[in-house]
Amino acid sequence: MSISAVSTTTLREAPPPRRQRLLEDERWLAFVLLAPTIVLLGMFIAYPFIRGILLSVTSSRVGMPGDFVGLANFYKIFNDGIFRTAVYNTFLYTGVTTVFKLGLGLWLAMLLNRNFRGKAFIRAFILLPFIIPTVLSTFAWKWMFDPTFSVLNWLLYHLGLITGRINWLGDPDLAMISIIIVNIWRGVPFFAISLLAGLQTISPELNEAAAIDGAKPWQRFWHITWPLLLPVTMVVMLFSVIQTFADFQIVYVMTGGGPANATHLFATYAYQIGIGTGLLSEGAAISLAMFPVLLLVVIIQLLYIRRVEVR
Amino acid sequence: MGQVVLKGINKFFDSVHAVKDVNLQIRDKEFMVFVGPSGCGKTTTLRMIAGLEAISSGDISIDGNVVNGLAPMDRDIAMVFQNYALYPHMSVYDNMAFGLKMRKFEKPEIDKRVLEAADILGIGELLKRRPRQLSGGQRQRVALGRAIVRHPRVFLFDEPLSNLDAKLRVQMRVELKKLHLRLGTTAIYVTHDQVEAMTLGDRVVVMKDGVVQQVGEPLELYNRPANKFVAGFIGSPAMNFAAVTVTEANGSLIAENSGLRIKLPDEAAQRLRGHIGRKVMLGVRPEDLTVTGSVDLGHPCFDAVIEVVEQLGSEILLDMKVGESIMVASVEPTASVRVGDKLRVAMRPTRLHVFDAQTEAAI
Repeated sequence: MSISAVSTTTLREAPPPRRQRLLEDERWLAFVLLAPTIVLLGMFIAYPFIRGILLSVTSSRVGMPGDFVGLANFYKIFNDGIFRTAVYNTFLYTGVTTVFKLGLGLWLAMLLNRNFRGKAFIRAFILLPFIIPTVLSTFAWKWMFDPTFSVLNWLLYHLGLITGRINWLGDPDLAMISIIIVNIWRGVPFFAISLLAGLQTISPELNEAAAIDGAKPWQRFWHITWPLLLPVTMVVMLFSVIQTFADFQIVYVMTGGGPANATHLFATYAYQIGIGTGLLSEGAAISLAMFPVLLLVVIIQLLYIRRVEVR
Repeated sequence: MGQVVLKGINKFFDSVHAVKDVNLQIRDKEFMVFVGPSGCGKTTTLRMIAGLEAISSGDISIDGNVVNGLAPMDRDIAMVFQNYALYPHMSVYDNMAFGLKMRKFEKPEIDKRVLEAADILGIGELLKRRPRQLSGGQRQRVALGRAIVRHPRVFLFDEPLSNLDAKLRVQMRVELKKLHLRLGTTAIYVTHDQVEAMTLGDRVVVMKDGVVQQVGEPLELYNRPANKFVAGFIGSPAMNFAAVTVTEANGSLIAENSGLRIKLPDEAAQRLRGHIGRKVMLGVRPEDLTVTGSVDLGHPCFDAVIEVVEQLGSEILLDMKVGESIMVASVEPTASVRVGDKLRVAMRPTRLHVFDAQTEAAI
């Protein structure tokens, strides 16, 4: 009885307007919901990316449209000594900083995961390097590494560890070490906080069960904490590697690629050639050279994350 | 062997005194159950025995050796957690083998023990699966398996059945009992469910607010509760209580309040000689109340009005208004009773409990 009553009322109701009916269809609804994102991504990512590709196969410079030259720009940069240094530097920079950021970040995360007084305050405090605009904090670091006013030199000198001034940013190796230190300083909080979030999803009961099962602290870390944290670790690494590989600000402010082009990364060298020198097409070719490497990193890590999650 | 002795155990969490001066002797091969409402300190006590929680003061010894300073792994105990605490990234086999691997057992021995435990628990087909692919009951078995492969001196159970549905819980309860009979290992079992406590325990410890209220065999707690709390906590439906004043008339003792006036039977009267003119708490279990007609007239009786009839099939629970208070009686399923009926209710005279109104201790 009640069923027939319901159906009669439904029949009597006016049909919904056409627009509403379209949105009932999931295909249309999905399109409507995705549209803003697609527009934004298209305008600010896809369009510049395609323009970059087109630019890299021309001979255009500032003020000159140029002609199609095929892969000539790529031939040129692969025979360029500074470009090779930049490639080497980028891999070194990314590799060394990622290892340190992961190690220090994990260590910090494990410390912060304990119970202690002022826990919330310290956790917020840790994020500071990440919150301060990178250009500002890098300027502060530049001052600390300054050969004359270096607070680091002053400290080392008064501790009796050095006798003369160290020219941090004037020596190619020390300059590289300096920018690596700044990148680690800036990146550790992101690792620490993300890994801390990951650690907090691991039930403390698991560690207790392992303790009763006879696992010593480092065994508990290796057999329980590390494998359970791995999916989070991989995501954090993915973000960090991409960001570090394409890093620009720290090197640009600290050394500008110097001394004598010894600390250039992909991004800073592309900027110097493309904007600084005005060779737009060559600059575009340099930035594009980053792309295959990053694509490979993303594919490998995403596949790995998927495998870990499926387990 | 697996004898556990707790001597003057205290636990403070900052200013909260969670466990207060607990003294217990758990015998070898005994199944000891800690029961009490949440926050009574039973789990904390268990965790102190496991070594997961530091002891504020007192001594815990296993087989005569004080283990206060020993890490959990050195106490030769195994624990089953409330949420199973299975390692999600390991197979069932590896979960069970983990403790043996950590203790550097030979591979054939690990294999033998895991397969043996899997056989006992009927999880032989699940060894390659991961915990995520198991049902609640299966996970529970794996957690048990992880404990028994170790052949520890003591099993610790922290509310292991509380995450299972009612039917499975009853089934696992029986299996736990069988497992204990088969292995004979000392077990300490924490629960808030008095039915689990009664059915599983060789002895039961009732706790409240960090204090041990009574230790005894299940029937001892049921028949001779040490205080009003134990009386009300053990047994379902719970014991009825009535605050009454004891008076003397014609040489016999009378207990009365606004709704009832009964002549106390000799046995109870003897205990209450010293309480004439004072208030006491009378306690009687629902099954010790009978609707008159079928009982001796010599039994203490009172009038009641039926407010709710709960038909359970095997029995009927009657919620009755007695004066100002409510009492529950459990009667034969064939009794013809209706809401609003006025009844004469009798108490079985030998089953009357009396408690001091202030201290709540049994008199």
